[in-house]
Amino acid sequence: MSIIIDNKTKVVVQGITGYQGRYHSAAMREFGTKVVAGTTPGKGGETVNDIPVYNFVSEAIEDTGANTSCIFVPAPACKDAALEAIDAGIHTVVIVTEHLPVLDAIHVVSVARARGVTVIGPNCPGVASPGKAKVGILPNKIFKEGSTGVVSKSGTLTYEIVNAITEHDVGQSTCVGIGGDRVSGTSFIDILERFQKDKQTKRIVMVGEIGGTAEEEAAEYIKHNVQKPVVAYIAGRTAPPGKRMGHAGAIIARGRGTAESKIKALEEAGVKVAKFPTDVPDLLKE
Amino acid sequence: MKLLEYVAKGVLAKHGIPVPDGFVVTSADQIRRVPGPVMVKAQVLIGGRGKAGGIKSADSVEEARKLAASIIGMDIRGFVAKEVLIERRLDVAKELYLGVTIDRSHRSLVLMASPDGGMDIESVPEDRILMLTIDPLIGFAPYHARKAAAFVGLEKEQAAQFATVCERLIDVVQKEDAELAEINPLVVTKDGRVVAGDAKVTIDSDALFRHQEYEKYEEDLTPLEAKAKSEDIAFVQLDGNIGVIANGAGLTMATLDSINMYGGKAGMFLDLGGTDDPEKVKKAMQLMLEANPKVVLINIFGGITKCDTVAKGVLEAMEGQANRPPMVVRIKGVNEEQGRKMLANAGMIPASGLSEAAEKASQESLR
Repeated sequence: MSIIIDNKTKVVVQGITGYQGRYHSAAMREFGTKVVAGTTPGKGGETVNDIPVYNFVSEAIEDTGANTSCIFVPAPACKDAALEAIDAGIHTVVIVTEHLPVLDAIHVVSVARARGVTVIGPNCPGVASPGKAKVGILPNKIFKEGSTGVVSKSGTLTYEIVNAITEHDVGQSTCVGIGGDRVSGTSFIDILERFQKDKQTKRIVMVGEIGGTAEEEAAEYIKHNVQKPVVAYIAGRTAPPGKRMGHAGAIIARGRGTAESKIKALEEAGVKVAKFPTDVPDLLKE
Repeated sequence: MKLLEYVAKGVLAKHGIPVPDGFVVTSADQIRRVPGPVMVKAQVLIGGRGKAGGIKSADSVEEARKLAASIIGMDIRGFVAKEVLIERRLDVAKELYLGVTIDRSHRSLVLMASPDGGMDIESVPEDRILMLTIDPLIGFAPYHARKAAAFVGLEKEQAAQFATVCERLIDVVQKEDAELAEINPLVVTKDGRVVAGDAKVTIDSDALFRHQEYEKYEEDLTPLEAKAKSEDIAFVQLDGNIGVIANGAGLTMATLDSINMYGGKAGMFLDLGGTDDPEKVKKAMQLMLEANPKVVLINIFGGITKCDTVAKGVLEAMEGQANRPPMVVRIKGVNEEQGRKMLANAGMIPASGLSEAAEKASQESLR
């Protein structure tokens, strides 16, 4: 088993006719994902990489049985795209789009929660369950099937760490990039809960960064609810307060959100925290 | 983006929140008359203006002009006051705090209220601040305002005015796409009116596509940061001497941290993000050289970004540069072989992993 996506995942790519949609629908297929449909308003009837394009998500579901959406739609139209997918009956929505206004994220996430829909992102690289499926933009070649679950706020840093553990022959059950925005559909805790329940997952890697208190909340959750070993890396130990470090959420504001506080909370919860991203494989083997 | 006080007050007024009568000037001789006793306030995007001497009280036109002349051009913690706000002085009976911002944990808005206004909210004890999470499915409702009014100790007519201000401050956030709207102090005057004494509004820069009216305002960026922004490159200046070029926020931060572990210190970083355009890489590299670091460290993990694209952009930026700093390069991912070869031929220091790259760059910087 894996979490969030598996062999039954059937993907509709929203915004498939754009550069990113075209490139990544092909890459997802190459990974083994069943990409069954795409949507772009006004382009229904066309095909992209032999994938049928529809005007509406509801039509795509009716024709192809799509159950998961991957959104590449630009930020100004992204809220509409996500709401359309949720309303049409998609059960998992992966929002790759970055720079979504925070109020739009709050709206989408609250509706999704009320409808029981899983939203990953926004501003995330997506989800990969090696050997089964990938939804998003993670590079195909860094993965290896196995029993380590990875959850991260970051994109490229996740690739760095996954690549390092794969090179040490440690495979992954599922890798989830939850995104680095201030408001995300899925939190560390949501994913930790699923990894704890998942039979394939034996150990967990958590990659956090400065800003907010999600890592501290995760530490508290781990202390009481997670029995599987957890290794963490926190980026931004040297980030100065008040500077936004690339991600909208990565900012030490009003003294809160420091790496120090997160590392302390995680260590107190029994989590091993790596000094360098490349130390993660060794800590996993201990 | 943060708005200056007078701009923020204009936004509050647009949504029906009472603010003192006032006007803004860029030179003292623009002050023709004052509406009685006034405050003369430096307009800068940083807190602590009062302590720095940027807020003064005047009783006459002459005094207001004299104070304005002394404040305009004043450097307040690195921010120069180009404008001053002249506004009617309030007869203060009570100073409250009211703010609305994003509650990350609850994925919602939060209304914050305190009876202890007029001071830095950071220094107010937690039990003196009410934090009301506004469930997005419920929205802001009168009971929220009643709770807040009771917490700050208002009754009757003032409680009703306060409730209206709460509701309108939520409007400011929702209609203007603000990520922070704060009134500190929210003044109850001796004649019983509830008026915004100060205002802080930060607009969500990701929402500027639907609020072009804010694009004309300056942000608190260094000149190089502003230039980078106009070219759509994330560039941040820090206080060390190693220039870091990486892709992705997390990887960039991890690179800065790793440098630090080896005793080096980053002076600036530049996040290429997910570009695959050699022209953008070239511009980024030129900006980096302009910032004049002692060493440059390039750390790329290519997914969308292809390694040969990065190499091409870097080499083009180097053409005709006589005195370039030593460069440590670590690239990984799509087309890494080609990229690595192109850069090695140009005399750059190769590194195979993140730690090795950080170590080499730190050594070079300490040389």
